[in-house]
Amino acid sequence: MADNNLMLDIRDLTIHYETDSGVVHAVEGLNLQLGRGESLGFVGETGAGKTTTALGIMRLIPNPPGKIKSGQILFDGEDLLKKSEAEMRRIRGAKIAMIFQDPMTSLNPVMTVDKQIAEMIRLHRNVSEHEALKQAGDMLELVGIRRERMHDYPHQFSGGMKQRVVIAIALACDPELLIADEPTTALDVTIQAQVLELMKKLKQQFSASMILITHDLGIVADICDKVAIMYAGRVVEYGDKRSLYANPLHPYTIGLFRSVPDIDEDVDELPVIPGLMPDPMDLPTGCAFHPRCSMAEECCSRERPEMKELEPGHFVACPVRARMLGQA
Amino acid sequence: MLRYILRRVLFLIPVLLGVAFCVFTLLYLTPGDPARMVLGDLATDEAIKEFRDKEGLNDPFLVQFGNYVYKAVVHGDIGRSYSTKRPVMTEILTAFPYTLKLSAFAMIIAILIGIPCGIISAIKQYSWFDTITMIFAMIGLSMPVFWLGLLLILLFAVHLRWLPSSGFSTFKAMILPSAALAAQSISMVTRMTRSSMLEVIRADYIRTARSKGQKESIVIGVHALRNALIPVVTLCGLQFGHLLSGAILTESIFAVPGVGRLMVNAIMSRDYPMVQGGVLFVAITFSIVNLLVDLLYAYIDPRIKAELK
Amino acid sequence: MNDTEKIVPELTKRKRRGPFMEVLYRLAKSPLAMFGLAIIALLVFCAIFAEVIAPYSPIKQDLMHMFETPSAEHWLGTDEFGRDILSRLIYGARVSLQVGFIAVGIALVTGGMLGAVSGYYSGWLDNSIMRVMDVLLSIPQTLLAIAIVAALGPSLMNLMIAVGISAVPTYARIVRGSVLSIRSMEFIEAARAVGSSDLRIILKHILPNSMAPIIVQSTLGVASAILNAAGLSFIGLGIQPPNPEWGAMLSGGRQYIRDYPHMTLYPGLAIMLTILALNFLGDGLRDALDPKLKR
Repeated sequence: MADNNLMLDIRDLTIHYETDSGVVHAVEGLNLQLGRGESLGFVGETGAGKTTTALGIMRLIPNPPGKIKSGQILFDGEDLLKKSEAEMRRIRGAKIAMIFQDPMTSLNPVMTVDKQIAEMIRLHRNVSEHEALKQAGDMLELVGIRRERMHDYPHQFSGGMKQRVVIAIALACDPELLIADEPTTALDVTIQAQVLELMKKLKQQFSASMILITHDLGIVADICDKVAIMYAGRVVEYGDKRSLYANPLHPYTIGLFRSVPDIDEDVDELPVIPGLMPDPMDLPTGCAFHPRCSMAEECCSRERPEMKELEPGHFVACPVRARMLGQA
Repeated sequence: MLRYILRRVLFLIPVLLGVAFCVFTLLYLTPGDPARMVLGDLATDEAIKEFRDKEGLNDPFLVQFGNYVYKAVVHGDIGRSYSTKRPVMTEILTAFPYTLKLSAFAMIIAILIGIPCGIISAIKQYSWFDTITMIFAMIGLSMPVFWLGLLLILLFAVHLRWLPSSGFSTFKAMILPSAALAAQSISMVTRMTRSSMLEVIRADYIRTARSKGQKESIVIGVHALRNALIPVVTLCGLQFGHLLSGAILTESIFAVPGVGRLMVNAIMSRDYPMVQGGVLFVAITFSIVNLLVDLLYAYIDPRIKAELK
Repeated sequence: MNDTEKIVPELTKRKRRGPFMEVLYRLAKSPLAMFGLAIIALLVFCAIFAEVIAPYSPIKQDLMHMFETPSAEHWLGTDEFGRDILSRLIYGARVSLQVGFIAVGIALVTGGMLGAVSGYYSGWLDNSIMRVMDVLLSIPQTLLAIAIVAALGPSLMNLMIAVGISAVPTYARIVRGSVLSIRSMEFIEAARAVGSSDLRIILKHILPNSMAPIIVQSTLGVASAILNAAGLSFIGLGIQPPNPEWGAMLSGGRQYIRDYPHMTLYPGLAIMLTILALNFLGDGLRDALDPKLKR
């Protein structure tokens, strides 16, 4: 796959946490691609390994206990896993920036916000402290915070405002790829909408690619072009938003969509996927989803399913579905 | 900020009055007649009666306390030593610089050793350095200052003959007492720095700093350290109190002519005004140090500074 | 929040144990805490069976065998009156443990009550109690103990009272703090809603839930009480001679340190080991009671 338009190409990524009580298989043979200018919704339950994947791309997995066991993360054709720490530092922030989940704790409480933005600018652009602070003020205005407040400390802002500051930091150096890890989960619903609107606007303005981690299928529908569904450390379905939403193929994805309430339908009980997420220390053999899958066959517990393109641009890791669609 | 300082200083007054009250009450309840203490066993009953009238010893308790406070505040007079007959204030002011110097030295040693060790221990958690540091810190914490003092004398003064075993006039003489006194504080500061640092380096904002592409040295040295030091500052203030009272034992071991030794001698000779004065003086010093620490705290933690505005 | 915590789901497979057994189990996994516990058990044994274990009387003078260095007859040597140091240390354990536990008991009961009342009733009562505690806290603990003993006169009882009282504010603060944090929780409101009395709520709900920090602080408190008491005895304010007490033994051996260092070495070692053991146990307990804090 020598596609020049590919910005990010993750191949067979495996990340483990080696703890006292056992090895946690957080990410297990994950494959994922992202084209330039695209935005990808990265969907999965808590514990599916979304955040770990994101931190893996940044090479910020806490070690110990975390460890990237194998795989490649090709960014602009170069493997990030082969870069030295110094090279990674030049990429972090400048080329790949990250927005974290909890704005309440993501900002340094003893540093004014302008300094926290300026720090990013000073690291990657050759400008004076004065100029960096000026640009920090510009960034604040861009995310909708008045310039006068630039010398305030994080605790003087509300949650939504703090997340705006975090976004300003992430975008300060015009990154090629923005990874947003559940950027609105910790916020009130009304604030969520504002922050999402802002991200949508800025994404276009900065023409950055984006990976949006979430468990909210609605947000993905609103913002993203592509969707990847993650289950127990692997991507099980990947495709264009339209085709995936119109025609979810993997049994897990189907279950996910069924469990979202539909405003037009009046049901007493939402169908749920039976069973629980598997213990990441002890993943089922073969397809990790097979114990919960209504379509599972004997082979599912034996072989780990490969991703197959069942529709143009729509990949699914399920041999049973593949056969049903006549593409085995 | 100024208003806050003013408020804190004003708040100090009732606390110190409370301390004075406690100390005064303790002395008041002590068996034995102060008049007899001052005049000696041979004094006539008449002389004693005269002394009691003159000194107001027959007044009701609260009047006596009022007088004590009045004299202390207006004249700086906190009584006369039974044994030396000199004003307690004079005696304490002569001895106090030694105690202050000893405690301050110990504090500086504790900070200079404890903070770096705590930081390294935290960032190299579970390394051999961490393990050894933590074992030493635990031993330091468990080591009675008077025993450590004696051991140091045994090693450095008796066997090696490198340092003098008593006095506090030369720099060399100051080393052993300060080191003995500092041991517990070093351990406390190390442990506190380590645990505070461990908490902070797992914080989300440290990850944010790393995600900016910041160098690890700056992530730790600037982002983490400033946050981690906030609780350490409080601890240092409290430690100063321990050092002041630890100085009492240290001074008597190393024959340092400070307030501690003064007090121990006073206790032995039942020189109560001196004991009273000593306790009061140390409590005042401790309160002032804590006030300074609170102000410093407000300065380094913007969350508190903002509350004050 | 912690990454790995978020990513690694609760271990579902761990065997279910009662909360008490769970704490013991975790405690047993810490070698340092077990070391501490073993030393303390040994000391308690010595204290109880001192008469049986000690080879000699702790106060019997033997002027034929003064200042003897350790030998087969006197394992740790003898002091300036020819008394057997080992025997004195064994009897001394009795004094130290007694002082440590009783002083902490005094502090815990008094401070705990004050703190619980203060935290539960807030308002003027809380205010006045805490102001008094502020006053006591502004006198360093050892100094406060010294002042109290100096006033009461040196004796074992007074020593325990002094060390106990000087620690009251610490416990009052801890208990008040945990009461305050628990008081606002839903299950207390629920208890109040079904009409439980204040006393019942304090005893049945609040105290058991604030046990963890109290247990840890008490363990460490016994250590500092023993240390304080030894310090007071060292400057002559504690147990009076010829009764065996570690701090007093140190003080007695001090003038002979140049020629007979064994007289100061062993009592000091006994104090240090005791404190060390209690500190290890306290640390272990803290980790076992609140595994989230463990790192």
